[in-house]
Amino acid sequence: MIIMKPTAVKSTGIQRYQQMFAGVSRLLQQLQAQWKSVVVTVPYFWMLLFFLAPFFIILKISVAESLIASPPFSDLLEWTRDGALSIRLSFENYSYLWKDDLYINTYLGSVKIAGISTLLCLLLGYPIAYAIVRSPPTTKNILLMLVILPFWTSFLLRVYAWMGLLADQGLINDLLIWAGIIDSPIRLLYSHFAVYVGIIYTYVPFMILPLYANMEKLDMTLHEAAADLGARPAVTFLTVTLPMTWPGIVAGSLLVFIPATGEFIIPDLLGGGNVQMIGRVLYNEFHSNHDWPVASAVAVALLVLLVLPMMVYQKVQEKESGSGW
Amino acid sequence: MTVSGEILDQHWLDSRARPFIHIRGVTKQFGGFTAVNNVDLDIYQGELFCLLGGSGCGKTTLLRMLAGFETPTSGVISIDGVDMNDVPPYERPVNMMFQSYALFPHMNVENNVAYGLKRDGLSKEEIRLRVGEMLAMVELSDFSKRKPHQLSGGQKQRVALARSLVKRPKVLLLDEPLGALDKRLREQTQFELMNIQDRLGVTFVVVTHDQEEAMTLSTRIAVMDAGQFVQVGTPTEIYEYPATRRVADFIGSINMFEGRVTENDADHVVVDSTDNALRFFMDHGASVSDGSRVWVAVRPEKIRLSRTPPPNEANQIEGVVQDIGYLGNVSIYRVRLESGMIVEVTVPNQTRPRDGKHAAGWEDRVFLDWEASSAILLTR
Amino acid sequence: MVKRGSSTFLLSMLCFGMAFLYVPMFLLIVYSFNNSKIVPVWGGFSTRWYKVLFESEEVWNALALSVKIALVNASFATLLGTLAGLALVRFGSFRGRTLFGGMVSAPLVMPEVITGLSLLMLFITLKEFVGWPDKRGFATITIAHITFSMAYVAVIIQSRLTGMGTTLEEAAQDLGARPLRVLVDITLPLLAPGMLAGWLLAFTLSLDDLVIASFVTGPGSNTLPMLIYSRVRLGLRPDINALATIIIVTVMFAVAIAGWIMMRQQKQKEREMQLATTGDAQ
Repeated sequence: MIIMKPTAVKSTGIQRYQQMFAGVSRLLQQLQAQWKSVVVTVPYFWMLLFFLAPFFIILKISVAESLIASPPFSDLLEWTRDGALSIRLSFENYSYLWKDDLYINTYLGSVKIAGISTLLCLLLGYPIAYAIVRSPPTTKNILLMLVILPFWTSFLLRVYAWMGLLADQGLINDLLIWAGIIDSPIRLLYSHFAVYVGIIYTYVPFMILPLYANMEKLDMTLHEAAADLGARPAVTFLTVTLPMTWPGIVAGSLLVFIPATGEFIIPDLLGGGNVQMIGRVLYNEFHSNHDWPVASAVAVALLVLLVLPMMVYQKVQEKESGSGW
Repeated sequence: MTVSGEILDQHWLDSRARPFIHIRGVTKQFGGFTAVNNVDLDIYQGELFCLLGGSGCGKTTLLRMLAGFETPTSGVISIDGVDMNDVPPYERPVNMMFQSYALFPHMNVENNVAYGLKRDGLSKEEIRLRVGEMLAMVELSDFSKRKPHQLSGGQKQRVALARSLVKRPKVLLLDEPLGALDKRLREQTQFELMNIQDRLGVTFVVVTHDQEEAMTLSTRIAVMDAGQFVQVGTPTEIYEYPATRRVADFIGSINMFEGRVTENDADHVVVDSTDNALRFFMDHGASVSDGSRVWVAVRPEKIRLSRTPPPNEANQIEGVVQDIGYLGNVSIYRVRLESGMIVEVTVPNQTRPRDGKHAAGWEDRVFLDWEASSAILLTR
Repeated sequence: MVKRGSSTFLLSMLCFGMAFLYVPMFLLIVYSFNNSKIVPVWGGFSTRWYKVLFESEEVWNALALSVKIALVNASFATLLGTLAGLALVRFGSFRGRTLFGGMVSAPLVMPEVITGLSLLMLFITLKEFVGWPDKRGFATITIAHITFSMAYVAVIIQSRLTGMGTTLEEAAQDLGARPLRVLVDITLPLLAPGMLAGWLLAFTLSLDDLVIASFVTGPGSNTLPMLIYSRVRLGLRPDINALATIIIVTVMFAVAIAGWIMMRQQKQKEREMQLATTGDAQ
């Protein structure tokens, strides 16, 4: 033991240095290893705080009671007089949505308007996308730029442009009168027609671009092969082109349908009081009626009825495309 | 014994030699799929070793495990005596030449080659020197300021080679090194690659699906199938003594006759073909039992083709010429036997065909025979 | 190659489509030079509405606020979106990855009214509990914009990361670069075009947004779209035509110049690649 002592002391000294060194290198290693968690954590917390948390808050408000106060809704948790905590859940807002025809009709109306607009966008966008794919490279780039360009200008102003065109004294009425089709101006603005035109006008690029991206990757010799095997153009289109462009059709349709359903600006500016859409109802419920709980309930209902099915559908599509196409 | 002299470059024959790359019981699974299945392999210093197999056989996965991009599900890989399982790719003494070359598109040739040296923290002067040396070796000194997109396929390949060699790795891994080149350039580059390997003495491990490339390049070949080695050996061993029908079929072309052993002695084996129409005689013994099912395999170039019956009786077949493929240096005859089986025969065109006539014409009756030592007896 | 009939059909659809997209914008520009106060009735050429526009302090303030928000938003959204894209594509599986992936892509399919409403409720709740944000305006709009724009950036980054594959990053690792080094030396430079595209997208998304901003703004903080909206709700206004003209012309110029530069670079690169292929023949 006695002989061992000095060496033991010496080795602890070395050990201390070793420990220090190990500590420093461990720290460095941790830094090397930690940057990855920083990369994940920062956007993660941002989304948790500013995306997920807000949903729980509107979920909470949607089951509260409306009050004429600030904020205009009741607390879920309340201390009663005898000191017990009581939870007040009210599904009144939801049953109100269900009972009042306005909300159901508006929801169905929005889905109908968005659905028809999506179909019209497809009918217009499909041949355009196809024509762009088939044009020579330089023209192709210019055409693509022309399709993307409106997107970089203001959405609001593009809708505004149609207010001028569709007005009673607007160019379309003028043209129709000049051509002798009508005698006096007809009401174009503030109608369903105006809303359809507005949606198609602003959303057709969203249909063209995914279709283009999909068609661009297609092997055009397949058309020649089909023709070579005796298929007429119409048959080739139905049996070869259409099935192969299906993913593009789905992608484009989703990009048009979802935002169109919740659209607020177009029905407000072009539909006036005559076209009710769910986004506009929500906006008005909040800004004009100050009924936060009902507005929240509309939002939650819209989320459950529109967004969730779409996300599930997309997920399924992704899985299928992973193994299929 | 003359062996001692050969052992100098044939370490795998020397029981005392220490393997440089040591692979034991390595398995790699992706989900439920087993890409590499419990393989053992030793690769020695200075070898040019080829992993050969079709797509999906696991050769690339094995290479990526050597580089450190994949971790084995189980098993051990060690390089130069150091266990590599916990060593990340950036600390391994190996470098890789990627199939796509993976040149950094935003750096010029010089910076691409210098990248690895900069990571090692070498001095500017030393880096400049070594990069210059390397570019000179691959004859690209004039191209040092070019970006990858300004290079031809062959030049890119050489930059990739220079970049992976400049760090003087203990092992160079090459993933289909010649795959992206056209045929003419490939042949030329093959020999350049061998020269460089010879000069630097670096151990090369090459992955390829091209059997010709593997035969020309390598000291040894491991033929892979379904995640396992079917045979490991020198090109000659693999070609002349394939271990299984699969290997025999994969490397070159071969004619295979199914049969049963009827005589089995120390110095010869006799096999009767399954339909009993043919009898094969082999002048070497084999560890097979009488009556067992075997295959007799003969390479097309080992077969003689004649219009008259050959003198020796054994290993003789009669048939009708069904097809002739004229390749210039050789002609390939496809001969149909009575049983309907097709036998392929390669005949060197030693003389110019007179009046466009070949040794035998279509529908001619011909005789085929081979030496008793030429055929291979396969049991599986 | 294809029957002439179908070509004519495609060509006419293309012309119709382009006319449909651009005639309204063209007329918007034409009528901005209308002397008449009633927009659709032509009353002679005049630039008076530009003067009205430029003299309006309200417009300048709104523009300044919008640009300020857009700049901050684009920078933060690009940063966060790039991080999110990297995490989702390159980090394999980590705890909560599915939730993260869902949250990052959800704003793309979320109706703006819902995003706007829910964020406003968050800000009100936050104010109640932590006393912030005291006043809604610049900060709250910017946060709201970052939240949905980073989703767009993340999509661009994700597709670019998937597209470029991992080989180059593996090559760098193979040459001795540690993961962080690989990120700085290889991944980020290769992502730069995607990040630029993401930045521009986030910038325009923010400049364009009306619905979300009008939920989360407070008194006195009007962005340009909010100003435009409050004016055009009541009918057509010639000064808005003038504003639209300025925006459209600016964007056209910017896109045309950018397109021209890109085309030239592409041509240059193609020429160099053409030259390079001769290298094997020596």
